[in-house]
Amino acid sequence: MISPYPAVTLIAVLFGALTIAGGLVWAERRLLALWQDRYGPNRVGPFGLMQTLADMIKLFFKEDWVPPFADKWVFIMAPAIVMFTVLMSFVVVPFAPGIIISDLNIAVLFFLGMSSLGVYSIVLAGWASDNKYALLGGMRAAAQMLSYEVFMGLSLMGTVLLAGSFDLVDIVNAQRHMWFVVPQFLGFVLFMIAGIAETRRLPFDLPESESELVAGFHSEYSGMKFGMFFVGEYIGILLVSSMITVLFFGGWRGPVLPPIVWYFIKTCFFLGFFILLRAALPRPRFDQLMAWGWKLMLPLSLANLLVTGAVKLAFFH
Amino acid sequence: MLSIIRTLWDVFLHAFRKRVTIQYPEQKAYLSARYRGRIILSRDPEGGERCVACYLCAVACPVDCIALQATEDSTGRRYPEFFRINFSRCIFCGYCEEACPTYAIQLTPDIEMGEYSRQNMVYEKEHLLISGPGKYPDYNFWRVAGVKIGGKDKGQAEREAPPTDLRSLLP
Repeated sequence: MISPYPAVTLIAVLFGALTIAGGLVWAERRLLALWQDRYGPNRVGPFGLMQTLADMIKLFFKEDWVPPFADKWVFIMAPAIVMFTVLMSFVVVPFAPGIIISDLNIAVLFFLGMSSLGVYSIVLAGWASDNKYALLGGMRAAAQMLSYEVFMGLSLMGTVLLAGSFDLVDIVNAQRHMWFVVPQFLGFVLFMIAGIAETRRLPFDLPESESELVAGFHSEYSGMKFGMFFVGEYIGILLVSSMITVLFFGGWRGPVLPPIVWYFIKTCFFLGFFILLRAALPRPRFDQLMAWGWKLMLPLSLANLLVTGAVKLAFFH
Repeated sequence: MLSIIRTLWDVFLHAFRKRVTIQYPEQKAYLSARYRGRIILSRDPEGGERCVACYLCAVACPVDCIALQATEDSTGRRYPEFFRINFSRCIFCGYCEEACPTYAIQLTPDIEMGEYSRQNMVYEKEHLLISGPGKYPDYNFWRVAGVKIGGKDKGQAEREAPPTDLRSLLP
């Protein structure tokens, strides 16, 4: 089910993802402001929509500075890695029937692998900065993302068991009668928590934690290299929202409206929810975060997997 | 866990609250009459300068942003030859207004004094002097002070007793 013009899809997805990430920066600031009884950026263009563009112009004109004490090439490479891995993950996301770049039969594993590679970006950025705060941020990122990846993968396996395939298109098609959020509610909750931790979003933004570590792993970054981390984070949110939609909420499936619109509506809902999480929740302590991950989330996801497997074996075999 | 969901819901409900932002250039916040903004020099009800160039404001100023030079006119009234406030230093503390014995220097509820050039932040006397009496419409220092100036001798000020004749032995 690959479109007849793969190049067109490729360019559309690339530009779409980057544009939505840019729009998300604006949307996040407006929504945060809404929930804090403010207005947010509303001056540049209609409703402040051009704010991201103005920010981009500003970032481009900033001095592109590499600290003299930094490990220069690693320092420059690190922001590129996060963009690369996140954009690569979009290769396997099925937006609508026919709108998918590559219909891999191991799409779920590919997504997990790419999100694991993303850790390198953060750790290398923290390491190459040769700055103690950046290094602390990088170390936190390594520990946090590795631990949360463990049950991120496990929480998905229930869905994979139900669909009987690692292929995301098959998973969406398997949700013809019922969204997987119903039988896999625990898996959905676990995956969402892991997804927030993977994108280093606010309740779990310990690698950045600006109140303790200056700006964490990107303390030394400025200009467009910082912009890459920034956009990378927002594309990451978009990616995780897309994956939640595809894996648990029936992807493009829905009545009346065209598939791509359904996909968009569902994804936007989760994007909004991610921003609400940021607006509402404080950041846990690092040891609490690790304890949560290993002592609560991991056993829960294992139990979820076992029960799902047992039920599948007992009733649907 | 429940408290987290409760927090999320409470924050979400803020979407329907009134926003507190004042959209500044279009809407303006109400500044009270006592607001400590741009400093002015006022005049007495007769239109003369109130400032008697006593330097108390310059002494009271914690950031030394006030500079002036006293002089006297032909009638014996003291006034500042120049009066200069560097608003790029001023912290709008209002100590000058408190120190002023003649209500000449006053702070006003005006805060819109942005400039592109720092030099433009230095206000001279012609920028500071206003045409009216400011917050004290009836006060006239030279009419109540027992100081002799041209056209007003000792003992002629309001509620001032006639001067004692030092050469008289009568009680």
